[in-house]
Amino acid sequence: MALLEIENLKAGYGRIEVLHGISLRLEAHTLCAIVGANGAGKTTLLLALSRLIPIREGRVTFDGRDITRASSHSVVRAGLVQVPEGRRMLASMSVEENLQVAGEAAHRGSAGSGVTEMYERFPILGTRRSLAAGSLSGGEQQMLAFARALMARPKALLLDEPSMGLAPKLVETVFEIIAQERARGTSILLVEQNARKALALADYAYVLERGTISLEGKGSELLGREEITAAYLGEITGPSSR
Amino acid sequence: MLVQQLANGVFLGAVYALFAIGYTLIFGVLDILNLAHAAIFMLAAFVALSLAGLGVPLVLAFALALVVAGLLGVLLDRVAFAPLRRRNAGTLVPLISSIGAAIIMQGVARGIWGPDEQRFPANALSTAEIHIGSLTVGALDVVILAIALVLMGVLSYVLRSTALGRSIRAVAADRVAAALLGVDIERTIALTFFIASALGGAAGILIGLQYNSVSLDMGARIELKGLAIIILGGMGSVTGAVIGAFLLGAVETLSVAYISSSYRDAIAFGVMFLILVLRPTGLFGKRALRAA
Repeated sequence: MALLEIENLKAGYGRIEVLHGISLRLEAHTLCAIVGANGAGKTTLLLALSRLIPIREGRVTFDGRDITRASSHSVVRAGLVQVPEGRRMLASMSVEENLQVAGEAAHRGSAGSGVTEMYERFPILGTRRSLAAGSLSGGEQQMLAFARALMARPKALLLDEPSMGLAPKLVETVFEIIAQERARGTSILLVEQNARKALALADYAYVLERGTISLEGKGSELLGREEITAAYLGEITGPSSR
Repeated sequence: MLVQQLANGVFLGAVYALFAIGYTLIFGVLDILNLAHAAIFMLAAFVALSLAGLGVPLVLAFALALVVAGLLGVLLDRVAFAPLRRRNAGTLVPLISSIGAAIIMQGVARGIWGPDEQRFPANALSTAEIHIGSLTVGALDVVILAIALVLMGVLSYVLRSTALGRSIRAVAADRVAAALLGVDIERTIALTFFIASALGGAAGILIGLQYNSVSLDMGARIELKGLAIIILGGMGSVTGAVIGAFLLGAVETLSVAYISSSYRDAIAFGVMFLILVLRPTGLFGKRALRAA
């Protein structure tokens, strides 16, 4: 059984159904990418998985547990943690407080040694620890967003557009962090506008189109398919290498 | 004379501050005005008075009534706010439902305690006075001030340096981000209601003691002042609420002493109006709770 299994998931906002029956699997210790145009429902899918919007139909199991109706905090405590789009800093709280609150929430108590570990892994955060998170640069905020999520010691990470709005050099850094995290054994579900980079890194990938999965396959396979290159790679990453 | 009036203003302001903090905490976390806050303020005073009447020592009666007020706040959230929150009802509908809850609580209080003003048992309150130079203050006032300051100190510590405080500030800053980090949002909101309502209840009891009078309309008399204070201080800011409260207390006592008691509220609200014209976001704005 896969670590995260989604069967026929339907979700949306108000009367509008955005996801019309999505099925996908994230195997343990792998990276799975979801690519698709704006408005395809990528963020909606992640919000449903993090249990911030209701799942109307279908079933989601994580680590052997049915989380279709679980609360948002119990999903985090089970080890499924999202790094949200736009990073969502607790802007007026300090870097350290951002980490503490994450650790305390995920482990119901003390943040323990997690904060120190994160400073070792992301030294720049250590030097900024007492600054308000909102005063950090975009790249630093993305690091804090990762570090905050890692405070929960997740089994799987849901990453929503982690490279969005970052300078090319920082995009590299972000993808390095993702690769490192996968090498440590964390499973990753990656939603990315930078489809080429995401597919190159992915073990498996899905193409989401207007709320349904239109294509799936190994990352390297999808990267070679012309319709993908045309629809999602060409215009986003500039002139294609083909 | 001036020093004496300022001292009186401080006694008054401390209790206003406790009351207003309750409004501002809930506004900070939920972005709604809880108009049942004044009803809990009044109920707590009656509960403390009844317990004192049964012979419970005043300190214990005070503590028990705080817990009752806190639990009432949690119940209020469950009944009047949580169902609307689940349906994403915005901020205006909860305002109305909190008015409904206030009317119900008012009715219950009338049913239990009757319509008349009531006083604490004759021997329960100290009438001792303390003289410092030309300054005369009641021992009771000093005790009330001390209790109010201690409660505010505890709140400040909780918000700044505890896991609960950090989770409250996280929810106030960005509820979605907090949820994604694993903060139990409903639990945090419930605890915020407990703290806010216990503080509001404390204010009710302390005012009841200060004037030795507990009545059904005591909530209505402080309600607008509390709202004015949090707008003045900046919605959602605890520091702003405290400063706004002391400012109001001082303006009120000074206008009674130097102008006329009949213009007290007019002058107090006039000063607030002037400050808000100059600084429409209030003294601190919403960010201060988040930064605490």
